[in-house]
Amino acid sequence: MAQTANVRPGGIKAKHQRLVLLAVALAVLVGAALLAAWALRNQASYFYVPAEIVAKPPEPGRAVRLGGMVAQGSLKTEADGVTIAFVVEDGKARVPVRFKGIVPSLFVEGSGVVAEGHLDSGGTFQADNLLAKHDENYVPREMKDMSREQAEQVMRETK
Amino acid sequence: MHGLANPARFLRIARWLMPLCMGIGFAVAFGALGWGLFFGPAERLQGETVRIVYLHVPAAWLGMAGWMGIAAASFTELVWRHPLAGIAARACAVPGAVFTAVCLITGSLWGRPAWGTWWVWDGRLTSMLVLLFLYFGWMALSQASEAADGSQNRAPAIFGLVGAVNIPIIHYSVIWWNSQHQAPSISLGKSAMAGDFLWPLLLAMLGFTLLFAGCVLARMRAILANQQAEARLRRKALSEAW
Repeated sequence: MAQTANVRPGGIKAKHQRLVLLAVALAVLVGAALLAAWALRNQASYFYVPAEIVAKPPEPGRAVRLGGMVAQGSLKTEADGVTIAFVVEDGKARVPVRFKGIVPSLFVEGSGVVAEGHLDSGGTFQADNLLAKHDENYVPREMKDMSREQAEQVMRETK
Repeated sequence: MHGLANPARFLRIARWLMPLCMGIGFAVAFGALGWGLFFGPAERLQGETVRIVYLHVPAAWLGMAGWMGIAAASFTELVWRHPLAGIAARACAVPGAVFTAVCLITGSLWGRPAWGTWWVWDGRLTSMLVLLFLYFGWMALSQASEAADGSQNRAPAIFGLVGAVNIPIIHYSVIWWNSQHQAPSISLGKSAMAGDFLWPLLLAMLGFTLLFAGCVLARMRAILANQQAEARLRRKALSEAW
């Protein structure tokens, strides 16, 4: 095309000038986006993990979300039959949670959970709503009787 | 690439490449869907609902790939003024938006049984919804700037490049921030997904990608044909006027 012969006074071809200009503009744009994402790293999180709740407890009654793993052996149903109590942990801290209502089908001990609710004055998290959070592992149903470690072992061997 | 600068040459290639992509893509995508939906296993915790993955993940990938296509075409348009770049960007927009919408809809249908909710405003879901709105905005801008002559592709091209910033945000949203959506199961070279799920999924992604490529080629041919027809009408009108 005609532009290729279009040479600026400095001896630089116009399309090379555009290439450099655009590369610089893109670098600045990506830098700005990364800075914004970095600044948002706390605010954009959908929930707090137990370590954050324990280190900096939100004031009792303020609506927050708590996310983590349901601790093995901690799930208990209370005498009324619809209220459940369990512990959410992240390997660093543990937060006791109470919830009254129907739980999602993926909610089991050892799986991920996001609880919406508030902290009461006694340090127990009172959940109004529970969302199950599934992890990145996909395991066929045939392996369901194995423990997670065994299933991962089988997956490694069969891949 | 400059060999393709001549639309006639591009059309000669697209004429046989388009049905080839469409045909193979159709066979592979629906073969993979059949494999996953009817012969694949159910998941240990999620049960049968896991089968949505065979539509959801290819749609998410192509929604993002569509914008990467717009961004690459925009870069080519701005730097080299390649005559097909603006047309390629326009051809990517509608299929990209459709796959983004499919991803959001299937994700919502999946979220209800798996998480217990149709929608949450976490980083991944929100950034994907933003992508859909970016597509709408881009299409509106591209339509609006069509009337102006000369630099008609300049404004959408700049928008296309700036909007590409959202793509890494979508990808890293589940890594940077705590989110309801889980971290990626598949990354280069390793998979947290058993092979029973992985292979039909990869095949479905390949098939839908070929279908996407076929759609883009078909739309590029249609846009070029439209431009030729308009040019011919204009010439005819001029010769009749004299």
